[in-house]
Amino acid sequence: MMFAFVTIVILVCMGVVMVRLFSGPTLYDRVLALNVFGTCTVLLIGSMGFLFARPDFLDIALLYALINFVGTIAVLKFFRYRRLGDAPHDAEIIMVQENEEDRTAP
Amino acid sequence: MMEMLIDILSWASFVGGALFLFIGSLGMVRLGDFWARLHAASIVDSAGVGLILFGMMLQAGLTLVTVKIAIIVLFLFITGPTASHAVANAAFVSGSRPTDMVEDITAPKAKPKVTKRKSRKTKPKATTSSAKKKSGA
Repeated sequence: MMFAFVTIVILVCMGVVMVRLFSGPTLYDRVLALNVFGTCTVLLIGSMGFLFARPDFLDIALLYALINFVGTIAVLKFFRYRRLGDAPHDAEIIMVQENEEDRTAP
Repeated sequence: MMEMLIDILSWASFVGGALFLFIGSLGMVRLGDFWARLHAASIVDSAGVGLILFGMMLQAGLTLVTVKIAIIVLFLFITGPTASHAVANAAFVSGSRPTDMVEDITAPKAKPKVTKRKSRKTKPKATTSSAKKKSGA
């Protein structure tokens, strides 16, 4: 009863956050909504583990929390440097910033 | 008696957590600005997660499950603010600012520009010629 209530509330919240995920005006709105969505998913996996009386789901929830964090950082890094490998050198970053300023200035 | 007390407590924390979760997700949709939505996200990350997982801990009793939930709470409480800071920092660096942000007139003038220029002049020395041409021209 308890966990059915919690599960339904979490599902509703995930649906509401999905609106922002699809309609966010900027990239950062979407990343933020994705982060909240992932947190809700961790809660959902945990409460469904209790609902179906299989508490082993909590391991999966922990793993999902880890992946969610790493994924958020990876998306941000990709959209800042346009690559996922080793970080570019400082001089290169400055060049990129200069180019972006040139692009946005006029 | 004890069971009933635990049930009441966990019901209370579930209802509270659900309330915070719903408020936070509603704020994600309704608030008008990225910098305002950051507050809504932090409500979900702290109060919602904390209360709901606390209710689960009460229901699980003193077992290994409680330890696992405690680890999840610890991890989420460390990574949630870190991820929020990363998103906010990326948005700030990309040039987004809160609407109605007021410039501080009393602040010492234009410090970030000075430091930026310094780093530009000193650092690309190794790579150089193209950058120098740019600045020279």
